[in-house]
Amino acid sequence: MRIKSRKDEVSEIDLTPMIDMVFNLIAFFMVLINFSQSEANDRVVLPKSVLVKPPEEALEFPIVLHVAPDGEIIVGGEGYTIDTLRIAFNRELSVIEAEGKKPADANVIIRAHKDTAAGDVQEVIRVAQEQKFERFALRAKEDRS
Amino acid sequence: MKIRNRNEGVKQEVNMTAMIDIVFLLLIFFVMTFKIAEMEGDFSVRMPLADSSGGAVDNTDLPIKLRLRADGQGRLTAMELNEVQLGTNIERLQSMVLGLVGGTAPSEAAGEGPEVEIDTDYNLRYEHVIDAISAVSGYKQGDRTVQLIERIKFAKPRR
Repeated sequence: MRIKSRKDEVSEIDLTPMIDMVFNLIAFFMVLINFSQSEANDRVVLPKSVLVKPPEEALEFPIVLHVAPDGEIIVGGEGYTIDTLRIAFNRELSVIEAEGKKPADANVIIRAHKDTAAGDVQEVIRVAQEQKFERFALRAKEDRS
Repeated sequence: MKIRNRNEGVKQEVNMTAMIDIVFLLLIFFVMTFKIAEMEGDFSVRMPLADSSGGAVDNTDLPIKLRLRADGQGRLTAMELNEVQLGTNIERLQSMVLGLVGGTAPSEAAGEGPEVEIDTDYNLRYEHVIDAISAVSGYKQGDRTVQLIERIKFAKPRR
């Protein structure tokens, strides 16, 4: 019986197609990665609405407020209550005034959890109104069903 | 001159292992951090603080009053539009708003037109408020959105 010499058989896998695919996958995920997720908060599940559409242009001077189901308000990673929320607004106001704008130019974006008491959201709006904010955006998830 | 036979030449092999290691790490990083971005949008509400000089307000353009009532658990129990009982039927609310503003709303300039004032029980869940705002501000007709009422404000919170 003739036995082939094993010496010549260097088992080599052709890696090119795999690398092609892997690079494609990396490119796909890199393009889709969304760093603006920092705007979201894990505790907040937005209500759904069929009417909302993603804004075509970014809002001017956005101040993002997250309202958790228990009524806690999160601004810039820090938790506030209705009574202490004014501190957060004052901080934002000083930034707005430093840029020579008025509070009425700023947009207060309210991302409230769907089970939050509506009164808590109203209180947030009331505190903001006392600080001379005028423009509010009630954020909701786009419902495509 | 001696010319090397190219066919016989040394097979140049790049060691791929290191690159593949890094590439897989990158791939795992991107897969783990990947989160399907949910489309979000806003209902823009312009609500300046009502000043005490309320006499200047044009009373011919009274806001449409929408009253939302809730039970102890924050569920919607009743809706009233200008004192007319609507139950909990959002479609009925929409058809009534459509009857009130008619087909005039889309032609009006932004920032004008009728205004709706939402007066809600304190503990009503926010999603019901958004449902009501959706119903009064418009509806979808295929891909087109028909605007009904653009101006929305909230009454004083009820404690």
